[in-house]
Amino acid sequence: MSTVARVAGPGVAAENPQRLRARRARKRQNLRAALLFLSPWILGFLVFTAWPVIYSAYLSFTDYDVINDPTFVGLENYQRMMEDPKVRLSLWNTFVYTVLHVPLYTIFSLGLALLLNQAGRASGFFRTAFFLPKMTPPVAVGVLLLLLFNGQDGLINEVLGWFGIDGPNWTTDQNWIKPGLVLMSLWAVGSSVIILLAALRNVPAELYDSARVDGASFWQQTRRITVPMISGAIFFVVIVNTIASFQIFTEAYTAFFGSGNTTYSNDAALFYVIYLFQQGFEALNMGYASALAWLLFVIILIFTAIQLAVSRRYVYYEGEGR
Amino acid sequence: MTVTHRAQDGPVPPLGRTTGRRRRRLLLTSVVALSTALVAACAQGSGGGDAAEDVSFGSDTELSGNLSVMGFGAGDEIAQVRMEAAQKALGDGVDVSLIEGDLDIQAFLSAVAADDPPELISANRDQIGTFASRGAIIPLDDCLDAEGVDTSVFQEAALAQVTFNDQVYGIPEFNQVQLTQANGDLLAAAGLTIEDVNGSSWERIAAANQALAKSEGGKVSVIGYDSKLPEFLPLWAKANGADLLSQDGRTAQLDDPAVVEALEFAVGIYDAQGGFPAVKAFRDSADFFGENNQFATSTLGAMPMEQWYINVVNDVSPDAPVVYDSFRGRDGEPLAFSSGSAWAIPKGSANPQAACTFAATMVATDSWMAAAQARADIRAEEGKPFTMSPTANTEADEQIRAMVDLDEPKFGPGLEAMYAGLEKTFTLPANPADAEFKTAWQDGVNRVLNGQQEPAEALAQAQEEAQAALDEAWADWDARG
Repeated sequence: MSTVARVAGPGVAAENPQRLRARRARKRQNLRAALLFLSPWILGFLVFTAWPVIYSAYLSFTDYDVINDPTFVGLENYQRMMEDPKVRLSLWNTFVYTVLHVPLYTIFSLGLALLLNQAGRASGFFRTAFFLPKMTPPVAVGVLLLLLFNGQDGLINEVLGWFGIDGPNWTTDQNWIKPGLVLMSLWAVGSSVIILLAALRNVPAELYDSARVDGASFWQQTRRITVPMISGAIFFVVIVNTIASFQIFTEAYTAFFGSGNTTYSNDAALFYVIYLFQQGFEALNMGYASALAWLLFVIILIFTAIQLAVSRRYVYYEGEGR
Repeated sequence: MTVTHRAQDGPVPPLGRTTGRRRRRLLLTSVVALSTALVAACAQGSGGGDAAEDVSFGSDTELSGNLSVMGFGAGDEIAQVRMEAAQKALGDGVDVSLIEGDLDIQAFLSAVAADDPPELISANRDQIGTFASRGAIIPLDDCLDAEGVDTSVFQEAALAQVTFNDQVYGIPEFNQVQLTQANGDLLAAAGLTIEDVNGSSWERIAAANQALAKSEGGKVSVIGYDSKLPEFLPLWAKANGADLLSQDGRTAQLDDPAVVEALEFAVGIYDAQGGFPAVKAFRDSADFFGENNQFATSTLGAMPMEQWYINVVNDVSPDAPVVYDSFRGRDGEPLAFSSGSAWAIPKGSANPQAACTFAATMVATDSWMAAAQARADIRAEEGKPFTMSPTANTEADEQIRAMVDLDEPKFGPGLEAMYAGLEKTFTLPANPADAEFKTAWQDGVNRVLNGQQEPAEALAQAQEEAQAALDEAWADWDARG
């Protein structure tokens, strides 16, 4: 019988019923243990993520002022969104910020990572130094922006003045508010630098040796070896920062709508999530704010899908066999 | 029957598959049940329920339980002394706790929606109309009757700001008014006096601004006159004889020619100094609350400003050459836009009787006088003149005024100007769309300040936005009956 079973191979039907029972019992036990250990996260996910997401979808079809019961209004909020000029303005501001921020942030991160990669033993110190600003609370960064970029006596304009450049009013001139915010965002470049540095360290040294033998310059090595080899990490930095850019809130809100400016604001700093927050928590239009949130979700989804599609052509993953 | 029974319990493979399916079904059912329970729980929490509450206030009721107060801090003697009086009125049975800092609207409304609000809140008076219209707070007429509070002691404008649909929803506490504050040395050097910048003549303000302002190569070094936009548009409009909102709180009047003219003038003051962006950037770089403030460093000629800044200057730079006068309308009469805080009892408050007693005691004349005396004693010890922000209680203010040394050369005129302004205050009436209304006119002013629109165009757009918000909010209110 046992011989037959062995000949039959791994077929379940041929297995001893007792061993089968025992195996299933073990599986059940493992599943229970896994679920038990995962349950805090699962519960947290259901209550604090899944449920709010589902509920906000429902709220987007209602008129809801946070206090009274929601009233179903069908597609009214979505229709209102199409006609609301501030939605267009805030989307445009957010798009411009993203277009300026993502490439500059990525190039700056990559540049610093390349420098750090050459730093040898001092690399540890610089890694920490570059990462430290990332630990600054975003609210503090917003306040810092107002100080550093003050058009009259800010540090940035003072430095520009050394080179004979008369700096603009970064925090009050609507043409310079977004560029100022983009420059300030480079303050927190540390985390991306660390990710790119880790990728750089994984590029096989033999590739550079071969290139050097063939007479490739540093620039040629960077363009032909480094960038393609770390394209996966670059893509990660790009996609994460694109999503973060679409959700820019704290620094801009603190600097241009928060305690520092309770009445003064500038349309140039009205980003999409700020407008969403104003509708939800200041005007108490939570139904409309929920619809705005879902529009942002769809926009981010589309941009991410496009980036993923483009990445198939340009991003190289080791072991992918391409 | 037997087969079915065996099939349920048996370990053979086909039956095992059936069990797995059942388990999956059970799991699915559990997830659905859990989700439904969550939906139900949250839906219950978010539902507002009845706006009207059957609360009975009576001063002979034995008070007990907890009293959590949101939006109020006991950081100085004015608060501490009155809190002691309030605690005494409540008796030992009530445990008072404070959730300090400005009222967090998001936290407050979430608590109301979850039927777990604080027992009492201290809010800005301009928020009361919105809270009342949404049913987040309850009317206090019975509370005031039960505590024997004579509402005629409250400043008229302050009381109007917390009265919505003919019911009182808030108990006014502090009061803020504006007065003209200027650098006497700069004025004298330019051959000017405080009368040139007190608002009674816009032509003289414009001329004084030209004489006082200094800038070089786009860099401002002295602000001549700061018209304090966007926040003081209501003040400039009223000075020109216009209100931003009709008395019934239903009609926006932002495109009134007198409002447009007021905005043109106030923005023109900045334009004459190189534009608002430059002036604001320079203003932002000032040490507003420190010893190197704009008056102490002679980098500001004059501005309309709330009365509390007298105390700041008094504390940090007592030698600054500041001179004061009332802010005046174009008719030469003192004028002030009244704002401040008020006590309100949230819908669902677990201890409304105690909340009512606490709030009534905090604004009672005796409590204010005890607090004023404590402040006067401390100031005397420090060798500084006694100053105190006005309250919304006219009886208390009258008595406190008698304690103030109005002949004190430095701050006496400021306090005199403050009391003159207090007698001529105005407010925007309570309405259910306060936040949207404010956003509309402030955005309009900001568009002008940022050079995006001309005043008439900006205020026409603001009018449209504000009226749409008011119409919608009033329609909701009327529909709720």
